[in-house]
Amino acid sequence: MTTADDITARPPRQLGGRRVAIALRRIASFLATLAVTFIGLTAVTFFISRLTKIDPVLAVVGDKATKAAYDQAYHALGLDQSLVIQYLIYLKRVLSGDFGMSVLTSQPVLSDLIRVFPATFELSTFAIIIGVALGVPAGVVAAARKGRWQDHVIRVLGLFGYSVPVFWLGLIGLFVFYGKLGWTAGTGRLDVFYDGEVTVRTGIMLVDAALDGNWEIFSNAFSHLILPAGILGYFSMAYIARMTRSFMIDQLSQEYVIAARIKGNSFWQAVWRHAFPNIMVPLITVIGLSYASLLEGAVLTETVFAWPGLGLYITQALFNSDMNAVLGGTVLVGTVFIGINLLCDLLYKLFDPRLRT
Amino acid sequence: MSDTTLGQWLVSEAPTSRRQAVLGNVYRNARAIVRNPTAFAGLVVVALLILMAIFAPWLSMGQSPLTQDLAGRLGAPSAVHWFGTDELGRDILARTLFGARATLTIVALVAVIVVPIGLAVGTVSGYMGGWVDRVLMRITDVFMAFPRLVLALAFAAALGPGIENAVIAIALTTWPPYARIARSETLAIAHSDFIQAAVLQGASTWRILFRHIVPLCLSSVIVRLTLDMAGIILTAAGLGFLGLGAQPPTPEWGAMVSSGRDVILDQWWVATIPGLAIFIVSLGFNLLGDGLRDVFDPKSA
Amino acid sequence: MSDPLLIVDDLNVTFPGLTGVTRAVRNASFTLGRERLGIVGESGSGKSTTGRALLGLVPRPGVVTARTMTYGGRDLLRLGEREWQELRGRRLSMVMQDPKFSLNPVKTVGEQIGETCRLHLKSTRKDAEQRTLKMLEAVQIRDPELVYHLYPHQLSGGMGQRVMIAMMLVAEPDLLIADEPTSALDVTVQNEVLRILDDLVRERGMGLIFISHNLTVVGSFCDRVLIMYGGRIVEELAARDLGNAQHPYTRALVAATPSLDADRPELATVTRDPKWLE
Repeated sequence: MTTADDITARPPRQLGGRRVAIALRRIASFLATLAVTFIGLTAVTFFISRLTKIDPVLAVVGDKATKAAYDQAYHALGLDQSLVIQYLIYLKRVLSGDFGMSVLTSQPVLSDLIRVFPATFELSTFAIIIGVALGVPAGVVAAARKGRWQDHVIRVLGLFGYSVPVFWLGLIGLFVFYGKLGWTAGTGRLDVFYDGEVTVRTGIMLVDAALDGNWEIFSNAFSHLILPAGILGYFSMAYIARMTRSFMIDQLSQEYVIAARIKGNSFWQAVWRHAFPNIMVPLITVIGLSYASLLEGAVLTETVFAWPGLGLYITQALFNSDMNAVLGGTVLVGTVFIGINLLCDLLYKLFDPRLRT
Repeated sequence: MSDTTLGQWLVSEAPTSRRQAVLGNVYRNARAIVRNPTAFAGLVVVALLILMAIFAPWLSMGQSPLTQDLAGRLGAPSAVHWFGTDELGRDILARTLFGARATLTIVALVAVIVVPIGLAVGTVSGYMGGWVDRVLMRITDVFMAFPRLVLALAFAAALGPGIENAVIAIALTTWPPYARIARSETLAIAHSDFIQAAVLQGASTWRILFRHIVPLCLSSVIVRLTLDMAGIILTAAGLGFLGLGAQPPTPEWGAMVSSGRDVILDQWWVATIPGLAIFIVSLGFNLLGDGLRDVFDPKSA
Repeated sequence: MSDPLLIVDDLNVTFPGLTGVTRAVRNASFTLGRERLGIVGESGSGKSTTGRALLGLVPRPGVVTARTMTYGGRDLLRLGEREWQELRGRRLSMVMQDPKFSLNPVKTVGEQIGETCRLHLKSTRKDAEQRTLKMLEAVQIRDPELVYHLYPHQLSGGMGQRVMIAMMLVAEPDLLIADEPTSALDVTVQNEVLRILDDLVRERGMGLIFISHNLTVVGSFCDRVLIMYGGRIVEELAARDLGNAQHPYTRALVAATPSLDADRPELATVTRDPKWLE
């Protein structure tokens, strides 16, 4: 018998085409925003490079150059063109990976960046793993035990996480865990006498040491990694736990959770098997955003721990007025940061339940 | 007895003048804030910060933040120097107290720049709609996606270190969320009847924006600002740590932590005390922000 | 009436709060056999809370006390959490009001119904699938294979509610509590769902507690009716005797029901007597 309600249910196959169209539109919008933001970023770095009080011509010809040589260099650098043309030249160079030469290392900035990026990648990735492994369960427990002591403890730990300066925590960490307790190694990625003993394949110390089968170096690298990654991981954990808690509180007040209990699920079964799957999509974007901010937070942590990554590279370039290196590093960090942010935005919109029907 | 009548006048449900209504609102909000434990704790900390900054000279127990004493450098906390001395023999207590001034300055300047810009962009965007809205929101999106610290570093690299440049750099990456908030608040009320009534009365766009819409956005913006303060303080301290904030010999907490870095293992207090100050102040703003959000917008968790 | 399945004597549910204690259910006593009992009341009358109390799912900080509360001979007041889990879904179950909210948005129909099977009947995947499909047929869903793979947001209201019924009855409980099962549905669909519920309850010889604010529906669907007001049961009577109700609140409710036959110039409303709250 045909009932009114049978007709209104639409089988998923009919919706397929429309959903693909919407998804494509969203991806196109994402790429457009990415392009615009990238242009914005390079415009800012270009602007900054023009702000500098250092005369770029003198940097090339030296201050004893003749006026003719100066004028020649001035023209060669394109400084006599309009600002817009200069920007476009700059943009073209950036897109082809030409960030100029580093004053400090006398290498092309691009090769410097390639050299230092894996260290930052290793640090941030390790930190995000810690952040997720600790933060997600903490957030779930805090939401499930809302108002009780577990919730308060977790919220306080999280609150400390947004309030404490990362460089200070790093110093205290070194002082306590290295200086006083000797539980971890000190600054740097490896003890000095291991330098150069690992074949650099990926640039990720743990991976390279494992590929070499060199477990002594592996464990040394690990003991150097654990403290800075742990500290960064704590910040990540604070943010992830807070967002997870917020999402879970919303879900736990929903009727379907009670329905799960009625079916015979225990409280924790209802929490993890029913409520938690509902927050996975927004949670993934939260994790992505946290990862992006970790790449930034690494700047200060690397300074404290003498970790030879992108952050340290930028700050050292800063102290040596190496503008090319600073700006090259900024563009790289900025691009990755923007990329992850926008990707998270896109992922969220792609998997947004409102997209269904 | 006049207190009760004043109190009654403030909470009266039928205010007879505009001033009474506004003051009554302020009073009610103030009471709610003080009643909320998180907000109150935060308020106490922030108040202490302000007092520290203002009364630093008197609270320093007679020590100057600038006087060097190389013979007595890196001294442990003692009766004379409550927090010990730093690597140039300067009293850490005094420097910590005076350091509050640098922090407050940066925070205040950033706030003063960021809020008007955010409100202006957001309200105009929300009210005008159309291509103005789209363009402004695109610009906001672009700035929103920038990494704050790294961009600040780049600015400082170009312009040189100093408080003004730090403020500019931080402000540049901090204003977008305020534009967003202002815009969403504006969108909610842009087509409501009382705005339409003002239009019919002949109010100009500027008047509507400034006198009608902006006041309604203020509470959300203030909550967000307070919550952001902690982050701004941390970023400023980070810049100071790298030597890009207030320049020596002006005391600044981040810079103090940095100078204590080399001696952390033996003279831990040089780096620890200023770091603790940053932590407590940041914590205070977070508590205040959380509390304010509970009071003004309890729907968000 | 056959042996009572459920015996409730002097049930009280209280919620301590900042401004004092709220008594959501007061001194409620009733029994239920393999029959249909309706609980009628307005919002805040305590009818839903009673239902939750029977399942041990009154939210914190609510406190449930009673002189007696037994189901099938088991003392519900002394059950540990594990024992409750065995009981819920298997021996007694509840259908909730709005399938838009009471079904898990990220799980398919098949998964959700199958879960009940796996929890209680120790089913294998195949077995659960078979039972699910059979149950979907039993609630008159025309294309069980298709619906099995659908998500809740792809279902209409009536289908969703039938899925809910399937989910809660697949483990064959003896008692079903239906908390406003048709209130979120269009009127045309309500009767369909009610009929399905009717068939299932009768076929399986189940007991049913039908909670609703709609006196007409309850009156036509149930054997006996409890009227609740302010947390108390103010009257208990057979459905067919509703016309001869004694308590003024019940009489007012009956009188307020619009009817196509009667020729009344105004709809009657209920004037509440504060004495009823004592």
